[in-house]
This record gives sequence, structure tokens and C-alpha cells, in this order.
Amino acid sequence: MRAFLFLICPVLLFLGVSYLLPFLGIVQLSFTDPDPGLTQYSRVLTEDLPTGVIWRTLRLCVMVTAVSVSCAYVITFLWVRGSPLVRSITELCIMIPFWISVLSRAFGWLSMLSNRGLLNTWLQDMGLIDSAIQMTRNEFAVVVGMSHYLIPFAVFPLATAMRNVDERVLTAADGMGASRLRIFWQIFLPMTSSGILGATLLVFVFSIGFYVTPALLGGGQSVLVAELIYLWIFQIPQWGMAAAMSVVLMLGVGGILYVLMRRYGEMAR
Amino acid sequence: MKSEAIVSGTTQIETRSVGKKFGKFHALRDISLGVSEGEFLSLLGPSGSGKTTLLTLLGGYEPVTSGQLLLEGQDMTTWSANQRGFGMVFQGYALFPHLTVAENIAFPLKVQKRSKAQIADRVTHMVEMVGLDGHINKKPKALSGGQQQRVALARALAYEPKVLLLDEPFSALDKNLRGQMQEELRRLHRELGTTFVFVTHDQEEALALSSRVAIFNQGELQQIGTPAEVYERPANRFTAEFLGDINILSLAGLSSAQIELPTNADAFDTLAIRPEHMRLATGTDTNQLPATMRDRVYLGSKSRLLLETRAGEELMLYFDNGPGVPPPDPGTELRVAWNTGDSFAI
Repeated sequence: MRAFLFLICPVLLFLGVSYLLPFLGIVQLSFTDPDPGLTQYSRVLTEDLPTGVIWRTLRLCVMVTAVSVSCAYVITFLWVRGSPLVRSITELCIMIPFWISVLSRAFGWLSMLSNRGLLNTWLQDMGLIDSAIQMTRNEFAVVVGMSHYLIPFAVFPLATAMRNVDERVLTAADGMGASRLRIFWQIFLPMTSSGILGATLLVFVFSIGFYVTPALLGGGQSVLVAELIYLWIFQIPQWGMAAAMSVVLMLGVGGILYVLMRRYGEMAR
Repeated sequence: MKSEAIVSGTTQIETRSVGKKFGKFHALRDISLGVSEGEFLSLLGPSGSGKTTLLTLLGGYEPVTSGQLLLEGQDMTTWSANQRGFGMVFQGYALFPHLTVAENIAFPLKVQKRSKAQIADRVTHMVEMVGLDGHINKKPKALSGGQQQRVALARALAYEPKVLLLDEPFSALDKNLRGQMQEELRRLHRELGTTFVFVTHDQEEALALSSRVAIFNQGELQQIGTPAEVYERPANRFTAEFLGDINILSLAGLSSAQIELPTNADAFDTLAIRPEHMRLATGTDTNQLPATMRDRVYLGSKSRLLLETRAGEELMLYFDNGPGVPPPDPGTELRVAWNTGDSFAI
């Protein structure tokens, strides 16, 4: 095996040239542009604009993760444990959105939620509301759009965990007279906790770097970290700040990953 | 031939013409048997014979397709598993993997809303009974197969069920451990007086443990009786062959030989004799049959001799390797003999 390790070299070379070198360039930029030293980092971590964006990003991502994982839990439950018909319907509902591009889905939600969108028109026609409710260009729209995109990613680790649950354990609990509610809360849920953690990890890490959905559905009203980096590069060029923010983002994601992976490893054992 | 249930003592559980279909597949047909209070009944059969299906029907984990189930004379056919309140040890144990030994045993007691003191008491008692002191705070994964088995037993017996159902509880254990657990199960049965219904595909295990054995094949009850009854007086060829080794002789091929047939031989066409009841003939034996030595297998204190009759049927018998005559060599022409009372027509 060892003798064939050189076959990996082209990949390593490719990664080195296309990822590592540019990344080192960004790190260099973050320490030098425009001021040499840690100025950019201290600005990113102290100035109102970037810290506000960081907190908003964390807050929104926690919300998105909570919404996605809870929705995904219910959906996965139907997918894994439903009747054959329910299973196939759920499977379609998971897979079809999964195959549609993130852009189309964001626009889909726009046409659904905007002031003259489907939902508002319908509510007005029904006479339930007099004037349109603002459902886009705010955090609500961002949470909806991002969760919708991320649910399928949460479904897969959850499905693995649910499929690993030994049916006989549930039968045993049932035979002892445990109610369905008790079986769910005290047996099924804890037995699938590794899946919940895996899904949380995946969704949270994905959501932190999200750009398209928050940019479109937030309409510039709720800028997240990725969009701020974009702004600092293309709209109000401050490349050093953008670079410093990128490094902070990467270290943050790496740190979260590290902590959760260790916890995940303990649980899997 | 189907034997009717022979029930001694008070009948606790009764099945009346119970049948179970999975789709178009008949898993069980027309099973009528009784289980007496405090007995140790084994359901024995090859895989797919319906023995486990009967156990799940008894436990209330699957509904019956036809027939009736009675518990102490009351119709329990439609009762849920919980209403029946039997203990169950599942194949693969089905322990709660995220709970400790103590929590596993306490679970059914918590469901029954017993007081904390009572639960703690009961858990301690059960843990001692199955010899798991010192493992009480471990999770199932940290235990060996035998220890997990004990937890499953303790959990199933924790709420003092009247009946304990066991689905191949020892199938995952190695041979030594299995023997040890069998001993322990016998002890528990003696001490508790609970009715045990035990599913197994291991003939020796069934004969060694049970007060009665019910033998199943292809969804039908073949025979039910004490271990000695089913072993020594099998009701049909399946039972005879399933319970250990047996020599089968076609009656047609025997007409010319000097054979005294058992009394019921008229209705059947084969004669069966267990290998341990067959011996090499001496001059005075009543039943003698010429045979040729084919092979012998040295087993230490005994040798297993394989022979062939003139009609080409294979026979097996055991030869004591004591002092004196050595076993005959392959190719030798000789005669085998047995007592009429040890042979039976099937």
C-alpha cells in the first residue's frame, strides 16, 4: 500500500496550489493590509459593525440549526418509521428540494413570502389581513430559507441513527407497559442522540458560511459574516479586514468542529 | 400424528387451535397445548418451524390469526403484551443501550409507578440474584455476553411476572458460558417457581432444561411431552430424527431377518432404534441383523461404529473401549442386536 502513496501526490499538489497558497495569501493580507500587525484582527473583534455581524450570524445559525434539526427529526421519523406510502412521499419531499439549486430555492421563497408574494396575496384574498405582512428582507425570511436548504443535510445522519435502533428494544419497552410518549422520550430519543449531535454539527457548520440565501432573503437588512466579507471585498474594498474576518470565521468553525467531534466520538463509543 | 397436550397440575396458559399467517405464509397451524403453572416448557424446532412465532403470540407481541389464547381460564387473545404482564427475554437481549444495568432493571418498575424505595430494593435484589453485584452502574456495552444475558433476565423478572418467556436466550453465547447459564436458569426456575416458556433450536438444551418439550416443524406441533417421552417414544420420524441420532430401518427390508417387532408396528413402515440402544450381537440376542462395518471413529472412552445393512441402510452404534475385545475393523461382517422394547415403529 505504502508504495502507491505517491499516486495521491497530484491531489495534494492541486490542493496546495488552489487552496493552501491562496489561503496563506489571505493570512498574509490580514496581517499587512493596510496596517502591519494585529490591527485588522482587533478591529474585526472590537468594532461595532463586524462584532454585530458576528453575533447576528451566531444567533441566526443557532436558530437555523434548532429549526432544521427539529424539522428534520420529524421528517426522518416519518421516512424511517412510517408506512411504505408515507415513506415514499417523505423521500420525494426530501430528495426533490435537495436536487434544486440553492439560488432557485431562495427565489422560490422570495416569490412565496414577498409583499406581493403567494402567501400575502392569499391571506389578503381570504380577508385575513388588510395589508401585506413584511416576511422578506428580515431575519425571519433568512431562517426560513436557510432551514429549508439545510434540512436534508440533517436528515441523513438522523436516518442512520434511527435505522440503527434495535426494534426489539422498543418492543421490549412496549411489552413492559411503557406509553408511547415514554418510549419516545426515554428510549428512542436518547438512542438517536448521536444522530442529533451529528446533524447539529453538520447544519451549524454549513450555516455559518452561508452567503446566497441570507443575501437574497435578508435583502441587505440582515447581513451575515459571509456577506460582510463579500462587501469588504467588492463594495467597500478593505481587503485586510475581509481577510481577517475570513481567518476568524475559519478558526471559529474549526474550533466548533473540534469540540463537537470530540463529543461525538465519546458518544459513538 | 399430533399429540394432544398432556397437562399435569393447573393449566395456566392454554392455546386453542391457534394459527398465525404472515401474508400468505402459514407460520403456525392449529396449535393446541397447555402450559401448567410453574413448569419449564421448551418450544423446540428448526429455524422457521414457528416456535418463536408461538412465543410472540403468547407474549402478546403479535396478534393471532385464528384460535384462542387463555390465561387461567380467561380469554386473553386480544390482550396487549402489557395486559398479559409476562416477562420476556428477547433474542439479542434488547437491553436499553443508553441506560445502566440498574436503570435497565428499574425501567419496568418505573413504568409501574412503584415507589423509589421499592424500586431501589428490587433492583438490588435482582442484581444479587443474577450475580451482577459490582456492575450495577455499567452500560450494556461494557458487559460481556453472559452478563448482558443476566441483565435481560433480571429485567424480565424484576416485576415478578407469573410467566417468563425466553427467546433463544443463549444462542449468542459460547459453549462453556451456555452451560453455565443453563445451570443458572434451572436454579432461577427452582427458586422462583415462575412458569418458563423457552424457545430453542438446541435439542440437548431443551432436553436438559425442561419439564416438558414441545416440538415444532413447519408451523405444526409434532409432539409434546417430557424429555424422556419425546426422546424415547417419538411420535413420528421428524421428532425421532430431530432429537439426536437414530437408526432407521425400513420394515419391508426386515421381513426375512429374525426380528421381533414392537406391538404397534402394523400401522407403520419404519423401525427406529437409538444408537445407544444398539449393540454388537452375541449368540443369545432375540433381534439380530447382519451388517458390514464401514467406518469407526475413536471418541476416547467410546468408539462410534458406522455400519451398513444388506439393504444398504446406514446404522450407527457406540462401542465401549474398555478392557477386552477391541472394536471390529472396517470390512468385518457382523451382526447387530437390540431389545425389542427399545425399538419403536414410526
